[in-house]
Amino acid sequence: MKVLVPVKRVIDYNVRPRVKADQTGVDLANVKMAMNPFCEIAVEEAVRMKEKGIVEEIILVSIGPQQAQETIRVGLAMGGDRGILVKTDDTVEPLAVAKILKAIVEAEGPGLVITGKQAIDDDANQTGQMLAALLDWPQGAFASAVEKDGDTLKVTREVDGGLQTVALQTPAVVTTDLRLNEPRFASLPNIMKAKKKPIEEKTPADYGVDTANRLSVVKVTEPPKREAGEKVEDVDALIAKLKAAGAI
Amino acid sequence: MAVLVLAEHDNSALNDATAKTVTAAAAFGGDVDILVAGQGAEAVAAEAAKIAGVRKVLHAEGEAYKNMLAEAVEALVVPMMADYDALFAPATTTGKNVCPRIAAKLDVMQLSDITAVVDAETFERPIYAGNAIQTVKSSDAKKIVTVRGTAFNAAADGGSASVETVDAPQGPFKSAFVSEELSESDRPELTSAKRIVSGGRALASEEQFNKYILPLADKLGAGVGASRAAVDAGYAPNDYQVGQTGKVVAPELYVAVGISGAIQHLAGMKDSKIIVAINKDEEAPIFQVADYGLVADLFTAVPELTEKL
Ligand SMILES: Cc1cc2nc3c(=O)[nH]c(=O)nc-3n(C[C@H](O)[C@H](O)[C@H](O)COP(=O)(O)OP(=O)(O)OC[C@H]3O[C@@H](n4cnc5c(N)ncnc54)[C@H](O)[C@@H]3O)c2cc1C
Ligand SMILES: Nc1ncnc2c1ncn2[C@@H]1O[C@H](COP(=O)(O)O)[C@@H](O)[C@H]1O
Repeated sequence: MKVLVPVKRVIDYNVRPRVKADQTGVDLANVKMAMNPFCEIAVEEAVRMKEKGIVEEIILVSIGPQQAQETIRVGLAMGGDRGILVKTDDTVEPLAVAKILKAIVEAEGPGLVITGKQAIDDDANQTGQMLAALLDWPQGAFASAVEKDGDTLKVTREVDGGLQTVALQTPAVVTTDLRLNEPRFASLPNIMKAKKKPIEEKTPADYGVDTANRLSVVKVTEPPKREAGEKVEDVDALIAKLKAAGAI
Repeated sequence: MAVLVLAEHDNSALNDATAKTVTAAAAFGGDVDILVAGQGAEAVAAEAAKIAGVRKVLHAEGEAYKNMLAEAVEALVVPMMADYDALFAPATTTGKNVCPRIAAKLDVMQLSDITAVVDAETFERPIYAGNAIQTVKSSDAKKIVTVRGTAFNAAADGGSASVETVDAPQGPFKSAFVSEELSESDRPELTSAKRIVSGGRALASEEQFNKYILPLADKLGAGVGASRAAVDAGYAPNDYQVGQTGKVVAPELYVAVGISGAIQHLAGMKDSKIIVAINKDEEAPIFQVADYGLVADLFTAVPELTEKL
């Protein structure tokens, strides 16, 4: 089985995002970028499935600017086999990303797509579920465990009340939650090897997908700032403050 | 105009995320109907009919709806949307699971986790872990929206809407429910708790998490939360995680114990009314949002606080 893993290039999770003064967005100039953490978990899961002999080939896809190629390289160094860069300098919304991924799925025929549950920039949490719908495939969203059982995939999902397990007919889409695995660091030899792995370059037009945005950004603003309060001396002082504030 | 609200419930009681979503739907405008899909969920439909301002409740039954399988809910809701201008669902794990499927089928770009309705096309939503608020205008003919519960007050009771039974597709679907493991607790549920005590990595083990956090929570009548680090390490169950990618809470009192205050954690709790932080590192970023900060070793401060309350 082939597996397709879409990986998004986003702001590094350690960086505190700054809103631009002109309110058009978040300032990404000279900001450290990295693979979306949930996508790293997706790549790791695919690599583990390959190590178990369930998966033969791992194809990584990123939709974004030329630099998204670096993100694909990171995934190749973790154990991906080849990449597809769908190059565009525009912001591509989850619906259009899902449409591009659908076209790639139709061309490549994977038995499984593993996406992250959420991109930490747009916090949309949509793409995997949208792709599943467009393909009429079942989905296992927010996975904390994935187990192949013949033609079905047993997926344990992190839900508000605890954990839920569903059985999916394959082909299927799985989206990763934090507890699925701990992504590996690529070793130096694997980073070197990854440089030779092929990355195909495409554009959204190659897949016939219109990436015009459906949502226009009116403005992006800072959230109301919360002022730091005061330090209290000891437990008694804390209790006194909470009483005075009517909190207890 | 008409809006369909997807009810959140456990087949026996309505979750108050539903009434909050009704408030957001009412701000959008038009008639508000509620869809209760479930199994044996008659009581839930009756409860939903009592929310003020609701025109009617549509009640759909079936095995696949007991656990809200995404493929089944898509099959049920997509045809229903012919009669509606918008679908509003709580941004719970159910809403997040099913709404993008419906949006994709309708060729609509979903608005996730909105915190304000500006007008029938324009919405506010947090991005980048709540470090920025985006105001977006949707050009799609129908709006598919998930609603952040902490941003809206629950609609009042006092309505008397009619309940109509609707036929629901019964499958077979390409996914099936296998099992669930739900956290059993008598403590208030996180997203509606008035007070929350959360523990972080500093608790260092599940035993200590239970020994130090739970008695304080019990004393305060509080719900219990945790940081990602505490959940990853197995000190607390996954559904305790508060943050960007966990639950978003805004209680009247939030007590963060041994939590550093990473942006991903702050994203889930910084709208709490009063924040208390107990941390032994006076430089910990959590103190930048705390109303009352106590620089102390939690293993002495927490028992003392529990004792003296
Ligand atoms: C994609 C992604 C999503 C994430 N989503 C979330 C999320 O939803 N929620 C979330 O919480 N995190 C999330 N995180 C993780 C986040 O970045 C932090 O790693 C995490 O919040 C840290 O947890 P912590 O504060 O418990 O641990 P630490 O950062 O290790 O902090 C422990 C704190 O305890 C203090 N301490 C130690 N001993 C004591 C003592 N004896 N007494 C008092 N204080 C003590 C220390 O001074 C320190 O400040 C996410 C990360 C990523 C990459
Ligand atoms: N531009 C993109 N390129 C590749 N994958 C993407 C892109 N956007 C979203 N994805 C995938 O969809 C997941 C969820 O993203 P989102 O729906 O934007 O929160 C990500 O973790 C990726 O796996």
